[in-house]
Amino acid sequence: MDTVAEIDPVVGRPALIAGEPDFHSITESVAAPMEWKPPIGWYICLGISLLMLSLLGISIGWLFWEGVGIWGNNQPVAWGWPIVNFVFWVGIGHAGTLISAVLFLFRQKWRTSINRTAEAMTIFAVMCALIFPGIHIGRPWLPYWMMPIPNSMGMWPQFRSPLMWDVFAVSIYGTVSLLFWYVGLIPDLATMRDRAKTKIRRTAYGIFSLGWRGSMRQWNHYEKAYLLLAGLATPLVLSVHSVVSFDFATSQLPGWHTTIFPPYFVAGAIFSGIAMVTTLMVICRVVFKLTHIINPLHFDRMSKLLLVTGTIVGYAYSIEFFVAWYSGNPYEGFTFLNRAFGPYAWAYWIMVSCNVITPQIFWIKKARTNMTVLFIASIFINIGMWFERFVIVVTSLHRDFLPSSWGYFRPTFWDAATFIGSFGLFLTMFCLFVRFLPMVAMAEVKGTLPQAHARHPDPESDLEPVGRIA
Amino acid sequence: MSLTQDTAADGLYGLLAEFSSPETLLQACEKVRDRGMSAWDAHTPFPIHGLEKAMGLKRSIIPLFVLVLGLGGAAIGMLMQWWIATKAYPLVISGKPLFSWPAFVPVAFECGVLGGALGAVFGFLGQARLPQHNHALFNSENFERVTDDGFFISVEAADPNFDREETEQWLLDLGATRVEAIAP
Repeated sequence: MDTVAEIDPVVGRPALIAGEPDFHSITESVAAPMEWKPPIGWYICLGISLLMLSLLGISIGWLFWEGVGIWGNNQPVAWGWPIVNFVFWVGIGHAGTLISAVLFLFRQKWRTSINRTAEAMTIFAVMCALIFPGIHIGRPWLPYWMMPIPNSMGMWPQFRSPLMWDVFAVSIYGTVSLLFWYVGLIPDLATMRDRAKTKIRRTAYGIFSLGWRGSMRQWNHYEKAYLLLAGLATPLVLSVHSVVSFDFATSQLPGWHTTIFPPYFVAGAIFSGIAMVTTLMVICRVVFKLTHIINPLHFDRMSKLLLVTGTIVGYAYSIEFFVAWYSGNPYEGFTFLNRAFGPYAWAYWIMVSCNVITPQIFWIKKARTNMTVLFIASIFINIGMWFERFVIVVTSLHRDFLPSSWGYFRPTFWDAATFIGSFGLFLTMFCLFVRFLPMVAMAEVKGTLPQAHARHPDPESDLEPVGRIA
Repeated sequence: MSLTQDTAADGLYGLLAEFSSPETLLQACEKVRDRGMSAWDAHTPFPIHGLEKAMGLKRSIIPLFVLVLGLGGAAIGMLMQWWIATKAYPLVISGKPLFSWPAFVPVAFECGVLGGALGAVFGFLGQARLPQHNHALFNSENFERVTDDGFFISVEAADPNFDREETEQWLLDLGATRVEAIAP
């Protein structure tokens, strides 16, 4: 089953979809999980996710009642887990747009099998991310102060602060991702509408498919809009994590104040996001019987991306050390030595081994298509990338310029509960997504099949020779 | 015997011809285009490359919406920050001028992207005439396959070149596997 697919007769490259599917069988395979009675495993997953989600509710409720003192945040580590978790979730949210937009612009047709799920994951991850700065502000009834809203106090936000840039970057990123995802969904929602057997389904899918009728005059605009959205989302995705890194890089703090942060954060974000896509897809493809659509070829390509971005992250770790030494700045030098050999050395070395060493296994071709290896490696990378943010936030803060104000950060039960709870939100949304929305972009996958390419028999025709796919 | 069945005695939206593959659809579309039909369309489960040329469609003007709204969004973003920083709530921060525009570039950029994205989405909805939940073609049960594996050409009765019997025969000659009359 898990071997790389055969060669596509038209383009002479490995076929993207295993077997020899026709258009209808793609529809059937993708639509089936929404039309079956869901397997018992789905109910179990949803149940566990809802339990975790209620933990989030309880944690936030207790936080609002009692205040941020329930967390381990202290002086000097005022940015504890909430900011770590925020950056972690935003980072995960980056793979969706990378796979949907950047790979679309590069005409990487293999993205069609996984882009829908990756985009959904992006939106859910951004939802989780937005919670943390919102509840971290101390006075949670005042988050509207972050928005430029006219108010009776005559107060306005301070746009010279990178934290304000972040508010705009992340909320606009969430909005644009949602628009991109929804536009991509319209033709597939129409498929679900046309297959619907019950009135409720027909009405619900009907409303959201907007009356799509697959007209080429509509497709003509659709394709242009989709291309432009991809073109807009690409600089957006690069800017968002750059702006997140500005939260750190524009400060004066050794360990944060470095110019390498924007590219380093973007690479890390893509790295963590693809790891999360891999984790989810390894499970979903089996549970929902989509092994021929999401096949080892796709994992092979994703693990190459993991290898590249993981190695970029490793390069960033080493160049940070080099610059700390080369700058001759004693505070910076101390911060980095403290990072690797100080009280948080355990976190630093977890980070290095998960993020730099783990992806090196993907030099081996067999590892790139072995689902067990992929699953374990992607979990390690998820853990490592969480620790990266922990290391950046906590080790830089806990020992600053004055030894008299040094401290040590310990998370509390509520730190952990809030973080686990945010996974509950993410997984609940994901469970509902796989149940009610097509998790593979059917129209796009059909367009990559060999028989989708109309080859014109008449060489005198003014049409371009078609049949080229990436 | 006619292959079409009258579904409405008093009128006709048009004819719906089904084709078996992207190739046959593409060739038929060229013929329909060359005959100078105007009120017609092709319907496919996925965009077929080359079909827009075969149909003689113009380039979409959505890029224009994106350009205008994108630049507009960026301008509004910058203007908002200028107004807040110099008029509404002037604060001197580390001796910098009130309108320290380099610090305002990130937010202006994000606003520009938002404007462009809204331009793309609403431009698409406007150009594609969506949402439009009711359409005569939905009267055809067979048309449900357009979102699965059906390839269709619809010719409207409103087309000046339309003639019920003749157009039907012509579509069959173009390789249609089935032609159906659509009630309005």
